[in-house]
Amino acid sequence: MQKFTTLTGIAAPMDRANVDTDAIIPKQYLKSIKRSGFGPNLFDSWRYLDHGEPGMDHSRRALNPDFVLNQPRYAGASVLLARVNFGCGSSREHAPWALMDYGFRVIIAPSYADIFYQNCLKNGLLPVVLDEDMVQRLFEEVYAQEGYRLSVDLGMQTITTPSGRNIHFDIDPFRKHCLINGLDEIALTLEHVDEIRAYEAQRRKEAPWLFHEARS
Amino acid sequence: MNGKTLYDKLWEAHVVRSNPDGTALIYIDRHLVHEVTSPQAFEGLRLAGRVPWRIDANLATADHNVPTTGRRQGITDPVSRLQVETLDQNCLDFGITEFAMNDPRQGIVHVIGPEQGATLPGMTVVCGDSHTSTHGAFGALAFGIGTSEVEHVLATQCLLMKKAKNMRVRVDGEIPFGVTAKDIVLAVIGHIGTAGGTGYAIEFAGSAIRSLSMEGRMTVCNMAIEAGARAGLIAVDDKTVDYFHGRPYAPSEQQWDRAQTVWRSLHSDEDAVFDREIGVNAGTIPPQVTWGTSPEMVVAIDDRVPDPAREADATRRASMRGALEYMGLVPGTPMHDIAIDKVFIGSCTNSRIEDLRAAAAVVKGRRIARNVKLAMVVPGSGLVKAQAEREGLDKVFTGAGFEWREPGCSMCLAMNADHLEPGERCASTSNRNFEGRQGAGGRTHLVSPAMAAAAGIAGHFVDVRNWR
Repeated sequence: MQKFTTLTGIAAPMDRANVDTDAIIPKQYLKSIKRSGFGPNLFDSWRYLDHGEPGMDHSRRALNPDFVLNQPRYAGASVLLARVNFGCGSSREHAPWALMDYGFRVIIAPSYADIFYQNCLKNGLLPVVLDEDMVQRLFEEVYAQEGYRLSVDLGMQTITTPSGRNIHFDIDPFRKHCLINGLDEIALTLEHVDEIRAYEAQRRKEAPWLFHEARS
Repeated sequence: MNGKTLYDKLWEAHVVRSNPDGTALIYIDRHLVHEVTSPQAFEGLRLAGRVPWRIDANLATADHNVPTTGRRQGITDPVSRLQVETLDQNCLDFGITEFAMNDPRQGIVHVIGPEQGATLPGMTVVCGDSHTSTHGAFGALAFGIGTSEVEHVLATQCLLMKKAKNMRVRVDGEIPFGVTAKDIVLAVIGHIGTAGGTGYAIEFAGSAIRSLSMEGRMTVCNMAIEAGARAGLIAVDDKTVDYFHGRPYAPSEQQWDRAQTVWRSLHSDEDAVFDREIGVNAGTIPPQVTWGTSPEMVVAIDDRVPDPAREADATRRASMRGALEYMGLVPGTPMHDIAIDKVFIGSCTNSRIEDLRAAAAVVKGRRIARNVKLAMVVPGSGLVKAQAEREGLDKVFTGAGFEWREPGCSMCLAMNADHLEPGERCASTSNRNFEGRQGAGGRTHLVSPAMAAAAGIAGHFVDVRNWR
């Protein structure tokens, strides 16, 4: 996993509630068997005027000028400001892959769908939760000031605004540790091989029917 | 000390190791695998030089990409074909049982799990698909995971998790004629909202839930995720136990008594305390139809398209306006007056035999309306399809002008060739009405199988309670 420690970058506003993972990365791109290359298709159906399909040269497609990320002031954004229940719907990890491939490393929202939130943490994409009023204030500031940049420090658990205001955020200590060190969670779990084996042996004894092959 | 909820019991039975920070390593009994969310996980496994922890815990099938016609000719779309072939190859390489595209047992992963008895009460069941909540209908702890977690389960048979909170949704009272499990769960989502269950495992309880068949209970748990809950749960009763007799992966005769004794303990204790409780009277629920682009945007069939001007909250008002624009609807329009272009009966929500019977009963001896360009029935599995054909349902559907297709996810998410064209309006028995879900620019209205069938015959939404 890609490490996350600190970042300063342009913030872009995604001003709608319940943004679902179908919108973040439409299904036609899920046919890929790779983890990379989803960036050009992030928010594909909002971002382009035509209908996109895998294999197209996306750099030649007509952009929707009304879509927020196509506005020059948000070019190169790495912090996405979002509304409630961001990432709801499908479990597709292609959603955080697409956000990261596009260049986002931080999302700030009042709430996330559970699966999406977990998927972000496993990819080095930091999902920050702030209360709704605070997020609203950030939206207002982003709209008011072109080139609005936020600094995010995971170690300190702070977001700093251009005026120097520090906003604290909470994050699970274990997740923070994994993000800062870019840890491989599977390797961590495999440190407990003996405990897994012991559990499994006990379970096999107590519920042997869970270990069946199919009977024809 | 308070009693335990069903979720508490299932969680505690699977803790391999508890950490001081409140996380726990949870053992996974069953891992269901499909072609879309697994290739990168298998690749990760190979790159790290790891092997699957327990081969027999995995069961795979191809469902999202598979065509529903002309299957003997293979998959035309080369990108889809590669993804399905990648699953075939991964299963072959690692020795995982797969019901491949032309296997008679192939189907939607959430239909075949229970059908095979590969989902059992008391299990933890995961799959790289959010609708894994379906399997909670059997008193299993079942939830969707991302691809990193798919790889984690393959490699370790475990997941590192934090326990969710407990919510109970009690649905009591008699379910009126023409109202189904789908209407109940849509009404619940309309009530608590699409994030109402976020952070919770939802147990559905009450006399109305008890009265549902296992198929109906699966429909309810399937859509727990549309209320934001990763897991939906229903306690084990006689119906649950009886469901598994004779299924291929179910306990043998010798183990049956022991197994069912364990299963029957899978219910919340009388004195269990829930973090949140909701009560719903089934007797007051009419058939439901969604009008917007989120499952919470739902009204009764005898209601009208709502007016954003009456919504006080600015963010919600903006969402409603956006949804109405996308859906091409005007506030105040009676739901009855909304004409449709296509009908889709299928998906992991409503493609089981009971769903097909309910739809067939409505269309029998009738004909789809002239304005309906396509009405299709996509059974949830090869076995559901065969059962329906034994009952003659295929003839009922084709006689009414419906197409009778091969099993798969099909137009629920339109990863295969089945999709809506821009602007087309669909009465769909699936689970998500998101923008573009059934095809770019397509407009989805979520309904029960009987309501979808009736809309196909009438050409617009109608109240199936008045169906003659």
